[in-house]
Amino acid sequence: MKKQLVSAVAALSLVAVSTASMAATLDDVKKKGFVQCGVSTGLPGFSNPDDKGNWKGLDVDVCRAVAAATLGDASKVKYIPLNAKERFTALQSGEVDMLSRNTTWTLTRDGSLGLNFAGINYYDGQGFMVSKELGVKSAKELDGAAVCIQAGTTTELNLADYFRELGMKYQPVVFDTSDQTVQGFEAGRCDVLTSDQSQLYALRIKLSKPDSAMVLPEVISKEPLGPVVRQGDDQWFNIVKWSMFALIAAEELGVTSANADQMKSSTNPNVQRLLGTEAGQGKNLGLDDTWAFNIVKQVGNYGEMFERNVGSESPLGISRGLNALWTKGGLQYAPPIR
Amino acid sequence: MANQSNGQGKAKTSFWNDPAVRSVVFQLLAIGAVVAFFLYIINNALSNMEARGITTGFAFLNDSAGFGILQTLVPFDETYSYGRTFIVGLLNTVLVSVLGIFLATILGFIIGIARLSKNWLIAKLASVYIEIFRNIPLLLQIFFWYFAVLRALPSPRDSFNFNDSVFFNVRGLYMPEPIAQDGFGAVWIALFAAIAIIIGVVRYEKKYQLRTGKTFPLFFPSLGLLIGLPLITYFIVGSPMYLEYPELKGFNFQNGMVVIPELIALLLALTIYTAAFIAEVVRSGIEAVPHGQSEAANALGLTNGQRLRLIIIPQAMRVIIPPLTNQYLNLTKNSSLATAIGYPDLVSVFAGTTLNQTGQAVEIIFMTMAVYLTLSLTTSALMNWYNKRIALIER
Amino acid sequence: MSEFKPLPDQPPPPNTVGLVGWMRAHLFTGPVNSVLTVIAALIIAWGIAWFVNWGLFNADFIGTTRDDCSGAGACWVFIYARFDQFIYGFFPEAEIWRINLMFFIFAACIISMMIEKTPKKGWIALFTLVGFPIISYYLLNGGLFGLEVVETHKWGGLTLTLVIAVVGIVASLPIGILLALGRRSEMPIIRSISIVYIEFWRGVPLITVLFMASVMLPLFMSAGAETDKLMRALIGVTMFQSAYMAEVVRGGLQAIPKGQTEAAQALGLSYWKTMFLIVLPQALKLMIPGIVNTFIALFKDTSLVLIIGLFDLLAIVQSALNDPNWLGFSVEGYIFVAFMFWIFCFSMSRYSQALERKLNTSHR
Repeated sequence: MKKQLVSAVAALSLVAVSTASMAATLDDVKKKGFVQCGVSTGLPGFSNPDDKGNWKGLDVDVCRAVAAATLGDASKVKYIPLNAKERFTALQSGEVDMLSRNTTWTLTRDGSLGLNFAGINYYDGQGFMVSKELGVKSAKELDGAAVCIQAGTTTELNLADYFRELGMKYQPVVFDTSDQTVQGFEAGRCDVLTSDQSQLYALRIKLSKPDSAMVLPEVISKEPLGPVVRQGDDQWFNIVKWSMFALIAAEELGVTSANADQMKSSTNPNVQRLLGTEAGQGKNLGLDDTWAFNIVKQVGNYGEMFERNVGSESPLGISRGLNALWTKGGLQYAPPIR
Repeated sequence: MANQSNGQGKAKTSFWNDPAVRSVVFQLLAIGAVVAFFLYIINNALSNMEARGITTGFAFLNDSAGFGILQTLVPFDETYSYGRTFIVGLLNTVLVSVLGIFLATILGFIIGIARLSKNWLIAKLASVYIEIFRNIPLLLQIFFWYFAVLRALPSPRDSFNFNDSVFFNVRGLYMPEPIAQDGFGAVWIALFAAIAIIIGVVRYEKKYQLRTGKTFPLFFPSLGLLIGLPLITYFIVGSPMYLEYPELKGFNFQNGMVVIPELIALLLALTIYTAAFIAEVVRSGIEAVPHGQSEAANALGLTNGQRLRLIIIPQAMRVIIPPLTNQYLNLTKNSSLATAIGYPDLVSVFAGTTLNQTGQAVEIIFMTMAVYLTLSLTTSALMNWYNKRIALIER
Repeated sequence: MSEFKPLPDQPPPPNTVGLVGWMRAHLFTGPVNSVLTVIAALIIAWGIAWFVNWGLFNADFIGTTRDDCSGAGACWVFIYARFDQFIYGFFPEAEIWRINLMFFIFAACIISMMIEKTPKKGWIALFTLVGFPIISYYLLNGGLFGLEVVETHKWGGLTLTLVIAVVGIVASLPIGILLALGRRSEMPIIRSISIVYIEFWRGVPLITVLFMASVMLPLFMSAGAETDKLMRALIGVTMFQSAYMAEVVRGGLQAIPKGQTEAAQALGLSYWKTMFLIVLPQALKLMIPGIVNTFIALFKDTSLVLIIGLFDLLAIVQSALNDPNWLGFSVEGYIFVAFMFWIFCFSMSRYSQALERKLNTSHR
């Protein structure tokens, strides 16, 4: 008798508990002691585990910057590799606190997926990679080609648009991961591999003979890539957004991981505000004043991050291009930190 | 419920020991628990989705999809809706399942019978086949056929060329496509007529045999009729069909029919894997028929073929059908592994690309699961019906 | 009159005894069979010769980079160089002894269970089902006795494959037993709930179950309740597997004569006592082959977790195949994985067949 009553009460209370509200992400992160960051399953230059299983890359550095800002330690990140298919559901469902996985900012994603893009860490565009043997010089010659493509990306939609606009036919060969896409391309299943240009360079070095393939000049879309957070937690949204801006601002102000300590005594008020010598900025985000100092000290500024992972110091060798600072003809621009 | 028991508790001390009452209470509790559980889940899902601003509902099915699909059995291009991608994926799943069941049954029966062959070498070869393929994960076999074997195939320019009409290369198997012109309908009519005649003759033969005990040859005349009648009609109405040959244009072969390598790899893997299981089913089915049946058939002077066809197989079938159904269901469900190699089946197209473009995981996974559940339940219902039918013949 | 002495038996015709006789009886019984034999023999000879040449004589075994491979045959150097990763995943090198210890305990349990004369088999079985999972959890995950915590996303390779398979079986057994009892229950609602549960999970592909577990489970739970990816995959596998387990248990229960239940009831035992003291102990013995068979199926199915991004044996080899330094060895990689899976599955299926034969004879 008692037992049955107890279980009825238990069942009722289960229903009641479920209406409890969601905890703020920042508190959650502080409690856990690490940031759960969704990254790609392996894309050289952006997020890729090295021989020892340590994650490296431009997207990974954004995660590390957020960890440095919130927890004061850039290594306090738990990386969750996600494929393109599961990335949004993982973020929506709360499996990850943020997604930093070369994800394109679009209206639908902001509007109907319940997500917020927190900035742009790489300005990209979709391009094509072909085998040099084909002798193709332009994407306009690709009528009837078989195209290898990764499932669940905006690339799939852009590709369809591009071929429809030019009245050309194509066969989409869709794979789950970028690794498989390369395997398919390498096996000759398709003539063309299409993806964001940055990825094409990254994937090209995964070919057995990288020189046998070339990237076509056409860029058929705008692909602003950036970190993503869930809607409904503006504080967390701000933290991720301003962690990005701090990286860019640091480059603008000439603060690097090497000189961050000396720069603390800089007389430039902008630098002082950035590095927290002049107090007050961290509070606005609910963080310590040293938040940006921690980022720059431990991760570096945007320029360092870029060169280290995808730029001249990396096997990818991508030039800054659109990703240069606005002062140098690029698009990277940080609102003032004040 | 709780009030009631308090009121009557003193009057009837044995009330709670009454098994009928207990069972009612127990069941009500079970229902309560299940309902509470679902309420909890649904409530959570709804509040979580609302809190995160995820769109719900099935309205997305009418939105335009905007992506291409490699193999479509119904007309499809980027302008069709997400609802259409569901149909396309579903049909591709059905296609690979039906072909797989057909091929796996044939191969499975051959291997299963070979397993019982008196020829030692053949029997051993069959059992080695069974032991190897059923003990290796299907996903691995799919990967092997796709990634390892695909690499070995030639590029379109140096395809294996059969008589300039059939080509085989890394992009698939290209075959001439028969295109029907006006008047081809007559051939279809002839074909159906031939089938009708054959059914009639077979029925008559049964009656004739019952009446006189004699038989007359059926198989080859039927085959002749089945092929001959449509063929003659075809020429009478003036060959209203032409073959469209595949030709190398630009990067790929254009025109003609193409079987994409994803389908080939998936079919190969599904067939080879499932056939190993079916072979075991067939073997145990045949072994379940007592040896006396064979001896009796021999004693009656039946030929080897007659013995198999009239005595052994009908009896073995009764043992074979239930586990065979299971294998068919497994094959259908296993076809969802297509997503690993990009064959555009339901899971890959709908629970993959569409899910990602719309982000409505709950609705889409729900629909996908419902489809497999329906396919499974339908197949087992059909098989149960068939099973009953052949069980009835017995007595 | 001398005693009758039968003449010695005539020897059988020479072509019916010995090798020749055996071959006549088994290989060359007629023209059709003879042709088949010759064709099969040729195929076998050709296949074996090719495989041995490729995989053994022309193959390279020792080395560290792909340059150590001549290219004439298989390049097992690839497997050799990556072997630790295939077995232990991304587990920190200093902690690998923990996995080895776990393997050792597991092997000891299994072997002692399979040897017929081991004393106290029941206790060993109990330990394997209850104690061993707990010990291995702490061995793998750490956190007790100063063992360093190794997060689940570092688990991989064969270790992960075994973890998923063993957890799937151990956790689904009790649920399966309850479901099977529910399905045979006389209470219509309990029965329908069990049937719906069983038929639902048996009707959907594991891949959709895993997908649901990996991305939708968090939506179903109240906010803040967190589980990691592996945990959710394990929940999915267990729910799926318990439906299959229920059917195996039901088969075992059906084999127990009704008289047993009736006798227990006549003695005044309650339902649960009847089940746990009388019926299940008898049925469990009959169920072992079935359980081993579902274990084999589950073991093979664990490879599906690669689709939700866990690095089991197949996934880890698949990702190693994409290493630019080792491109083009997919055949070697796949054969290695196939061989590993095959060894496990084949030996288990042999064991289950032997057990089935043994149980069969004891009942006839």
